[in-house]
Amino acid sequence: MSSSISWVTSRNPDAGNVFAIAGVVIKEMYRRKDFYVLLTLIVVITLMLASVGIFNDDRIVRYIKDGCLLLIWLSSLVIAITTAARQIPAERESRTIFPLLAKPVGRGEFVVGKFLGCWLACGMALVAFYFFFGMVAASREHTLPFLAYFQAIWLHWMCLGIVVALVLLGSVVFTAPSSNATICFIVVLGIMFAGGHLNEIALEMRGFRGAVVYAIYYAIPHLEWYENVRELIIHNWGLIDWLYWGGATIYAALYMGLLLGCAWLVFQRRKLTL
Amino acid sequence: MNTVVEIHDLRVEYRSRELGQRSKLAVDGLNLQVQSGEVFGFLGPNGAGKTTTMNVLLGFVSASAGSASIFGVDVREPIARQRIGYLPELTYYYKFLNAEELLRFYARIFRIPRAERDRRIDAVLKLVDLDAVRKRLIKTYSKGMQQRVGLAQALINNPDLLILDEPTSGLDPLGRMKVRGIIQRLKEEGKTVFFSSHELGEVETVCDRVAILHEGKLRVEGRVSDLLQQYQCNLEHVFLNIVGYKP
Repeated sequence: MSSSISWVTSRNPDAGNVFAIAGVVIKEMYRRKDFYVLLTLIVVITLMLASVGIFNDDRIVRYIKDGCLLLIWLSSLVIAITTAARQIPAERESRTIFPLLAKPVGRGEFVVGKFLGCWLACGMALVAFYFFFGMVAASREHTLPFLAYFQAIWLHWMCLGIVVALVLLGSVVFTAPSSNATICFIVVLGIMFAGGHLNEIALEMRGFRGAVVYAIYYAIPHLEWYENVRELIIHNWGLIDWLYWGGATIYAALYMGLLLGCAWLVFQRRKLTL
Repeated sequence: MNTVVEIHDLRVEYRSRELGQRSKLAVDGLNLQVQSGEVFGFLGPNGAGKTTTMNVLLGFVSASAGSASIFGVDVREPIARQRIGYLPELTYYYKFLNAEELLRFYARIFRIPRAERDRRIDAVLKLVDLDAVRKRLIKTYSKGMQQRVGLAQALINNPDLLILDEPTSGLDPLGRMKVRGIIQRLKEEGKTVFFSSHELGEVETVCDRVAILHEGKLRVEGRVSDLLQQYQCNLEHVFLNIVGYKP
């Protein structure tokens, strides 16, 4: 039978579908108000902090940078988690997933497209946030350590990649986006605050419980490593060794791949019923 | 004539998640063939297994047993969906996109070249009378307009097979007439249309053949004209007779 469609003769999984799906996620982000609200909040709070001049103390700059970066980290986590948590459940709830998956789109392409869209959207938000941060810091310190900022943005973005992949995995396991977002917030903040100390806790424990805590320590993605980069640019401690920077990038990529692989496996087995 | 849709001994079972509940047999040993150029009506009361069968054809649900293919390709392969257009019963699309952006997105998925893409978008928007509002966000559309966007996205790849799940459900008489007109036009173009509907008068008008499903099993399959002659009544009465309705 001759097909009326002459432009496709065979089909393998490819990047075209992934980028098309990612494009829709990015459009959604810039047409929603979340990002603009968070950016405005960062600007207003940072300018308020900057307006407090205490005896021309140079440490005040660090205090402003610390406050601004903390807001940037929190805002980026909010954007990453809320955007990723609603993607697949919202597609199912609004039934937009059905016309989409009725097209030649594999479920793997769908999951990766959603991931890429969220991750790129987070990257775009980070560029805007750090641009403002750079302007504030440069206006006080009269210097702009471009490479250090590049390393910081990059590693921050890598960290968000792990978070987005984790949340997407959560969104195919948990039905409600709100419960998924809450659980992921707790897990991510838990890793950031306590993840680095789990080995010390395990040392104090004996036997099976200690082994379990050790296992958790080695299994979790150590997001706190990425968050610590914040300190480097607050105190202008210079560049991270590029070898460590590359290692941290590969570490993040491995976790992203692992989490996305799990998300695909779970989603692949899901029955989608109208 | 070539076989477009082929379903062989299809069985779909839904496992119950609740303890003590037995699994539900949604489709039981279904055999069906749809030939090229046919308008095929897929009928049955609610819960008969129509939507489940469509879900299998579209790859949303895996068959517990049996097989299904479209254009000879196993429905589990994404490529099987390259030459089909699908309109779900309830159409919701990305509300933050306008009609043109939505169609562009779907056209990209079908890898339609850019020049062809623009031509197709213009053509389908004109066909469904949405050309004038193509730049308006979908969230501002009425229900009828959203249904027409749905039809437009189903036609964007100039499909050889259209799967329509109750395409006129919830539409006003004018909207129904338009959709019916489009189905008729597609039939004249030689397209294959596989659609489910509860509007039996409509089915009688546009379909060449029908299949009636009841409790997951195929009860009747045949040409509309043959069924009307055999039962000596209209399709609605044939349907009621087959599903065992007694007033």
